Amino acid sequence: MIALSDVLILAAILFCLSVAGIFINRKNVIILLMAVELMLLAVNMNFIAFSYFLGDIAGQVFVFFIMTVAAAEAAIGLAILVVLFRNKRTINVDDLDSMKG
Amino acid sequence: MINFQLPDFSPALPEMFLLGMTCIVLIVDLFLNDRTRLVTYFLAQVALLGTLMITLNTVSLDVQTTFSGVFIRDPMSDVLKIAVYTAAFVTFLYAKDYLRDRGILKGEFYVLGLFGVLGMMVLISAHNFLTVYLGLELLSLSMYAMVALQRDSAVASEAAMKYFILGAIASGMLLYGMSIIYGITGSLDLSEMAAQISTQKSHILMAFGLVFMIVGIAFKLGAVPFHMWLPDVYHGAPTAVTLYIASAPKIAAFAMLMRLLIDGLYGMHEQWQGILIILAVLSMGVGNILAIAQTNIKRMLAYSTISHVGFLILGALTGTQNGFAASMFYTLSYVLMALGGFGMIILMSRKGFEADKLEDYKGLNQRSPWYALMMLILMFSMAGVPPFLGFWAKLAVLEEVVAAGHVWLAIVGVIFSIIGAFYYIRVVKLMYFDKADVSEPLSSSLDMRLMISLNSLAVLFLGIFPSGMLNMCLLSVPG
Repeated sequence: MIALSDVLILAAILFCLSVAGIFINRKNVIILLMAVELMLLAVNMNFIAFSYFLGDIAGQVFVFFIMTVAAAEAAIGLAILVVLFRNKRTINVDDLDSMKG
Repeated sequence: MINFQLPDFSPALPEMFLLGMTCIVLIVDLFLNDRTRLVTYFLAQVALLGTLMITLNTVSLDVQTTFSGVFIRDPMSDVLKIAVYTAAFVTFLYAKDYLRDRGILKGEFYVLGLFGVLGMMVLISAHNFLTVYLGLELLSLSMYAMVALQRDSAVASEAAMKYFILGAIASGMLLYGMSIIYGITGSLDLSEMAAQISTQKSHILMAFGLVFMIVGIAFKLGAVPFHMWLPDVYHGAPTAVTLYIASAPKIAAFAMLMRLLIDGLYGMHEQWQGILIILAVLSMGVGNILAIAQTNIKRMLAYSTISHVGFLILGALTGTQNGFAASMFYTLSYVLMALGGFGMIILMSRKGFEADKLEDYKGLNQRSPWYALMMLILMFSMAGVPPFLGFWAKLAVLEEVVAAGHVWLAIVGVIFSIIGAFYYIRVVKLMYFDKADVSEPLSSSLDMRLMISLNSLAVLFLGIFPSGMLNMCLLSVPG
């Protein structure tokens, strides 16, 4: 039997992985987008676990909304990525430094 | 047989009208070319005015919830929504000529702008984690796309990417906090949550979720240490988009703070007060000190925004009704001043010249005494010089902070305001005491000139008679 805490720990590990992926990665913007998606999936796991163990359906409904918004967010993120690549010919995170101050 | 009851649509009528109108604007815009593009602009303004009329018709002092309690209409939501429409209306007006001169007067700006307004309205009326999240994302996604509107600009696309990544992290943090708080209280509804918190003894995981939620709110407000996106986005985005981002969404971010921390988690006031004190002090300090070092006026105003956010949080952290009212008064005053400040940058700029350097303001008094005076009013008001509006806003917040017993916080606020006055007054010095490099007068359309004068004079007028606005804030915040 899987306990609530097991799922929560898994979700926390996924969340930490995604945060680490965002802050350690200095190479590629696409990996940032993947890390952002992973973060939302960790949250989804939390919601579903709580929803199941509380016997309350609202948490699972929330997950559907998060998934929909995540899809829209990915679309906008990739569109911005294309514009960025056209202008700078690079998607290296370290090269995003033209503004200072 | 499932018993299905139709929800009461009337509280959400403005939202539905705006959604319909925005879709109409989107479709009409398909049939227009660049010469007839102004039709989109007029339709967008009509949509805002129509929404304003509907909201004005339903203003009342009672509280209504609908759609199983996910949506609330209360006096605070009415006042904040009317402020959002006004800010968006003025933004669209200022933005029109700027966009046309740079060849980006497309329907996208207005459609995304209207969807952003819809997102703000949903966020302002949110009474459930779900509506908070959906409103916030509708607003944020529109703004990410708007920053990247100038497709051939390298700085704009870089700013958009930074905004997107940091905004997405903020949403993720906010959601993680929401999921934990949902797990402990067992409800997504803000008032049920508040009832749960008042009966339960406090749980260590609650504080854990609360921290994540405050990180999300602080990101959206632009409070230090979660402000990294703000200067780059303000600097990189086209000035018209900066104007949009700097004005109305601040009202929505304030509403989010009110809904989550006061409607939902007021029972944890002691816990979140400490975090907000740190955010407020850091924001006022970092914002005011780093603004001094800037040579780009958009960047300078971005750091000034950060310091104003510190003041806004200062009012909210008192946890009293008067404190919230002062914070709301501060937000509305700041939005009015930010509209004027960024509007002046647009007024000064023309095709091929952005007017975003501080030295571009040298000798403005010789070129155009009237607009130099308007800019002077705005800068003095932001610095908090009486009798302008910004002074009363700062005074109201400081009074409430002292009344709540945090005298040292008020002193810190005053010290940082004085440090901050330096860079506002530097702009005034450049305008009045330095010689202009160019002598040609300003050129801009009549509606733009009228509106910017009106905007600055409103800052002066409301500064001389501040009590009406302050009473309105007092009357509308939840107790």
